[in-house]
Amino acid sequence: MTFLAAIGAVVLGFLASIGRVTQFGIETVSHLFRPPYYPREVGHALLQIGYFSLPVVGLTTIFTGGALALQIYAGGARFSAEAVVPQIVAIGMVRELGPVLVGLMIAARVTSSIAAEIATMKVTEQIDALVTLSTNPMKYLTLPRVLAATLVMPVLVAVGNIIGIMGGYLVGVNSLGFNAGTYIRNTIDFLEPSDIATSLAKGAVFGFLAALMGCFFGMQSGRGAQGVGRATKSAVVAASVLILAANFILTQLFFAA
Amino acid sequence: MIELRDVHKSFGPKHVLRGVDLKIEKGKSLVIIGGSGTGKSVTLKCVLGLIEADTGLVTVDGQDVTRLRQGSSERDAFLARFGMLFQGGALFDSLTVWQNVAFRLLRGSLKKTKEEAREIAVEKLRRVGLTPDVADLFPAELSGGMQKRVGLARAIAAEPEIIFFDEPTTGLDPIMSGVINELIREIVVEMGATAMTITHDMTSVRAIADDVAMLHGGKIRWTGPVSEMDSSGDPYVAQFISGSAEGPIETVR
Repeated sequence: MTFLAAIGAVVLGFLASIGRVTQFGIETVSHLFRPPYYPREVGHALLQIGYFSLPVVGLTTIFTGGALALQIYAGGARFSAEAVVPQIVAIGMVRELGPVLVGLMIAARVTSSIAAEIATMKVTEQIDALVTLSTNPMKYLTLPRVLAATLVMPVLVAVGNIIGIMGGYLVGVNSLGFNAGTYIRNTIDFLEPSDIATSLAKGAVFGFLAALMGCFFGMQSGRGAQGVGRATKSAVVAASVLILAANFILTQLFFAA
Repeated sequence: MIELRDVHKSFGPKHVLRGVDLKIEKGKSLVIIGGSGTGKSVTLKCVLGLIEADTGLVTVDGQDVTRLRQGSSERDAFLARFGMLFQGGALFDSLTVWQNVAFRLLRGSLKKTKEEAREIAVEKLRRVGLTPDVADLFPAELSGGMQKRVGLARAIAAEPEIIFFDEPTTGLDPIMSGVINELIREIVVEMGATAMTITHDMTSVRAIADDVAMLHGGKIRWTGPVSEMDSSGDPYVAQFISGSAEGPIETVR
């Protein structure tokens, strides 16, 4: 019986947290339609999440694009299909790897910092202080971060896609012997506008999830340094898993018609 | 006037408050004493609505504050009458000292221009004994005593009618404690504010209090004017004041 009870407790706890996250997400979005707003905080979050993530996004995608080109060339050579490198790199980056990799890097870089910051604020009573100063923490802390991440992630994904394709191009032209003009023409000809639109849409969803998880676990944080550590860990794990799950669902939705 | 009637609060199986009855007259300074973990902070947070009481009534000037909804304009108006000094200062470390002090004046219903807000912040800083050159520093660059002063300046920035002090002298050296106690007393008197302080520092109690209430076992054990504290006849109060290990209050060793 205790064994069954333990399983039940885990399942119930899991369902309860899904409920709490959903409630938290709905409340966050609802503040979008209820003043007051804090545009300064949104601006600050845009800068932190967007601009300062550019180096990490660029580095991640350029190496991935390069490796992708090498793998496709090696794999394609087995049935004399080496020439498809530009097309597959473009499709692979834009449809899947761009959004997912940028999403995961944002989960590592932004979700963790949001969770740790808000958890520390909670532990040091700064969240309580906000309330006593007639400022709703959901409006002042959560909404600006979630909004900024949702808005700026498509831009980061676009930048990541371009740099990733450029990584493939550099490898393709410099070491695999592709003609530069042909490589670029093949890439452009093969990509559909819908590929790009879905890529950016994925980015927006991943940004929303990454920031929401950071805020949610930060606000739920327990006491002390241990509480902050646990909140940060849970936020990054939840954001990463949710991004990968959402990616599968969105791919199914967009491409499996 | 602030009144608590039969307030209960549990966290899971732990009953922290078991029926707190307390009354604070307008313009008076009440100090709540009691050991660590007896629910002093919880009592204070119940009045502010930072923690929701399970049962019982909390009224401020006859208005039931437990029914004010989060984020409603009534609740904003209610909170605008309060100032609070947190135990660790709870200063926002992403903002400079003056932006912390003027936080309420930079947004919301009390919004003023940036210049006005800064001017008021500098004046409040001066009131708590800090020079204008700390205004542009960040909280992390200040000592513990200075952070407490900034917290005090923030609590009084919007001229509140009611001020709460959560362990104002914890973690300070005796001289700085004395300075903060004196400041609190002066400010409460000159603003005519109602004050509620929680502490276990007896020097603080004698410096700040008009009335004293002792919280023990989730209930108010004794309450009366500070002048009668030493002759209360209550063994719990007597033990707490003398700091003796012998007496009815259980000590874990």
